[in-house]
Amino acid sequence: MKRPKVLATAAAGAVLLSLGLSACGGGDDGDGGDGNGATAKFDAGTTGIVNASEKKGGVLKMGMSDDFDSTDPGNTYYAFGNNFIRLYSRTLMTYTSKPGADSTKSSPDLAQAPGVPSDGNRTWTYKLKPGLKYEDGTPIKAADIKYAVARTYDRGVLGKGPAYFATLLNAGDYKGPYKDKNLDNFKGVETPDDSTVIFKLKDPFAEFNELVTFSGQTAPVPQAKDTGSRYALHPLSSGPYKWEGDYQPKKGGVLVRNTNWDPATDPNRKQLPDRIEIAAGLEGNEVDNRLLAGTLHVDLPGSGVQAAARQKLLTDPKLKANADNPLAGFHWYIPINVKNIPNVECRKAIVYATDRDALYRAYGGEVGGELATSIQPPNVAGRQKGTDFYTQAQVGYKGDVAKAKEALAACGQPNGFATTMVFRSDREKEKAVAEAMEQALARVGIKLTLKGYPSGTYTGEQFGSPAFVKKDKIGLGTYGWAPDWPTGYGYLQPISDGKAIVSSGNSNPSEFNDTQVNKLWNDVVKLQDPAERDKVYNQIDERMREQAAYIPNVYAKSLLYRPTTLTNVYYHAGFGMYDYANLGVTG
Amino acid sequence: MTAPIEVSGPDVKAEPDAVLTGVERKAIQGRSLGQIAWLRLRRDKVALAGGAIVLLLIFITLPGVTETLVRWFGHPPNEYHQNLVDPTIGTPTGKFGGVSTDFLFGVEPINGRDLFSRVLHGARVSMLVGLLATLVSVVIGTVLGVIAGFFGGWVDTLIARTMDVFLAFPLLLFSIALVGVIPNEWGPLDGNNLRMAVLVFIIGFFNWPYIGRIIRGQTLSLREREFVDAARSLGARNSYIIFREILPNLVAPILVYATLLIPTNILFEAALSFLGVGINPPKPSWGGMLTSATSLYSVAPHFVIVPGLAIFVTVLAFNLFGDGLRDALDPRAR
Repeated sequence: MKRPKVLATAAAGAVLLSLGLSACGGGDDGDGGDGNGATAKFDAGTTGIVNASEKKGGVLKMGMSDDFDSTDPGNTYYAFGNNFIRLYSRTLMTYTSKPGADSTKSSPDLAQAPGVPSDGNRTWTYKLKPGLKYEDGTPIKAADIKYAVARTYDRGVLGKGPAYFATLLNAGDYKGPYKDKNLDNFKGVETPDDSTVIFKLKDPFAEFNELVTFSGQTAPVPQAKDTGSRYALHPLSSGPYKWEGDYQPKKGGVLVRNTNWDPATDPNRKQLPDRIEIAAGLEGNEVDNRLLAGTLHVDLPGSGVQAAARQKLLTDPKLKANADNPLAGFHWYIPINVKNIPNVECRKAIVYATDRDALYRAYGGEVGGELATSIQPPNVAGRQKGTDFYTQAQVGYKGDVAKAKEALAACGQPNGFATTMVFRSDREKEKAVAEAMEQALARVGIKLTLKGYPSGTYTGEQFGSPAFVKKDKIGLGTYGWAPDWPTGYGYLQPISDGKAIVSSGNSNPSEFNDTQVNKLWNDVVKLQDPAERDKVYNQIDERMREQAAYIPNVYAKSLLYRPTTLTNVYYHAGFGMYDYANLGVTG
Repeated sequence: MTAPIEVSGPDVKAEPDAVLTGVERKAIQGRSLGQIAWLRLRRDKVALAGGAIVLLLIFITLPGVTETLVRWFGHPPNEYHQNLVDPTIGTPTGKFGGVSTDFLFGVEPINGRDLFSRVLHGARVSMLVGLLATLVSVVIGTVLGVIAGFFGGWVDTLIARTMDVFLAFPLLLFSIALVGVIPNEWGPLDGNNLRMAVLVFIIGFFNWPYIGRIIRGQTLSLREREFVDAARSLGARNSYIIFREILPNLVAPILVYATLLIPTNILFEAALSFLGVGINPPKPSWGGMLTSATSLYSVAPHFVIVPGLAIFVTVLAFNLFGDGLRDALDPRAR
């Protein structure tokens, strides 16, 4: 704990000094500092492992202000839920547990190897590892994975999780195992023997391995042990920990070691703490205070500290050394509705006039985010930086009024026009963004009327409803998107494919429906080579910006705090927060 | 004709007058209700102070006055002064939220807008919505209250039940829902003007039963009084009785409840803006400023204090004045 201060003050000869100190530090306080150099420096956890350690024992304390959407691996959709359930659930594939860009890559978990496609990416086959067991010692069978997938069909019981399987698999109008008890009637997954799982898809789909990686929906569930919506309280564990009794929603629960988990079959998880205690329903600032005091190790949602703690962290170098400032996975961009502003020149005028500097400040400057160039954020595999067409990703860039006026003239509206911008009224940053847009566009005669809506209905009924957007003549709005899995498909398809435009909960509020892009989407799912696909994704990204349908804004960065008692901490880009399956504690 | 009794000084030595020696004698004058009330009010220093603040607030929100004050002492309400704000933490770099002779109340976090000017412009929203909504309530409440109280019978039953329905209405939830669906334009109104009109309508229209009930009760008791009976026996029509006999007697309670309703309505507007369904940014409003401040209260306390204090002072001033007015107009309250 004292090391960072010494390091910070002794600038001269820092290398020598730190070598000596980390050597002796590893000896006397026994926190297993391993001397790998990545100990306690600001942002050290973003690129490397802080306090790397194999030391077992201790109690890991996790807390959160609200609660999980569900503790059922088949019914959670939040990234932190999918991160957390790995402590007691193993899936066919999972993210690689390594710091840096490797963490976004899929790695076999229950499966021996990544799924093998056949029939033009319509059939995907997985082979299970031998000797896998549940917490009660019974073997994990292929049929249990088939059952786990089948139960995601019943949106009445599992309504919160992703719905990919029901849309992709070729299972007719199967209603789920609660209404149709005979699992043989579910044709979407075949299990010729106890260790083979075959997925049958309606249409070609190239990224099935990534799909089974991101969620817990392929975590095996024995049909006999399923209790429907109550299963979430004690899912049968296949991972390193198991629930002690039941999880109590809004209160919390305790995880203890699962002795039937075999570390030899699992390179992606460690089993360091003896117990993991989860507290739900805490007050937001209390979570931060306990984190800073070291009585809580992990803030589960992983979205970063609140304003008060943020200021403390950034102004106190001692605390700042224990903070990380990674990209959170979100890109807060601004879609421009192409139906209400059909002329591309008018849209260009908006992008030209945008005051990027004010938007950057609205999200908290260099700690809050990174100026965006492409639509895909840097966490997306294969993403290219892209060229700035009509704007510049530069600190202090205030927009180009002259170019904006030229574009307005080309659009036939030299004196500007009036339109509406919407934002989430309970999000201060988005309000500040909307206000900055209003100020910036007023410089070229574009009059923005700002309208705020509560975030509970915003993406569903206002900005996410094309009918509402049309009726209220909404030209642009604040929006943010994080991919379900970090590839160009996961990021861009829902926000740019014409097919993805739906009547409510529309994730493509710009209603971008470009024949060129639509064709690329139809073709890319048939490509086998990921590098070829990435090329297409970047092409689509360029086209979206070239058409001025999106204003690139800010890639969100979060400010995470890691108490000094936490070991094996690193930022996992696949989840956008620390990796919860490998943490340990000292003492 | 009888001559008036002559009272001439030194000749008459009436004992009771002895206590009055040295007191300047004045002719006894009849005083109107208004005069009596003013005399009483003048002695109530607290109420007077409240009244003075109210007048001042109304004055500074007059068209032209706000702009002039802002031109003299501040900066345009939406002008950014980003050089005064720390770009990463977002808080003003100056002491006490950046208070200086140039920025009297400091600057807002993130973009450094002038708080003095924003509070002043926000006062206009608050006063306009508060006063107009009260006017709406008072007009509807008085009309329906008098009708219910005066005519009685099924009219009274109908209006009284309507009031019960309105009182049971979940107003806050309804306003949140309604403000969410109002269009951009409606007739000649658009944007924030339409928003303000809707706010005035919601707050005013749904609060009328509070004043309506009081007026109904007063009318009920007034119509049984002797002077009404007298007018009626002289053959006065209903309209004459209502306008000449009853309404003048209702002026006092109407005034009092109006002054007490204004601060409630100002708070309600602030609450709606706080919930994000009030005035749309970038137009400043006190409730909206408070919302922005809640996430930053621990790092930029001045941002909570300034609009909070503005609401506090305004509501307190109206309440003190209203209380004083009630005491002055209603002798039994003493």
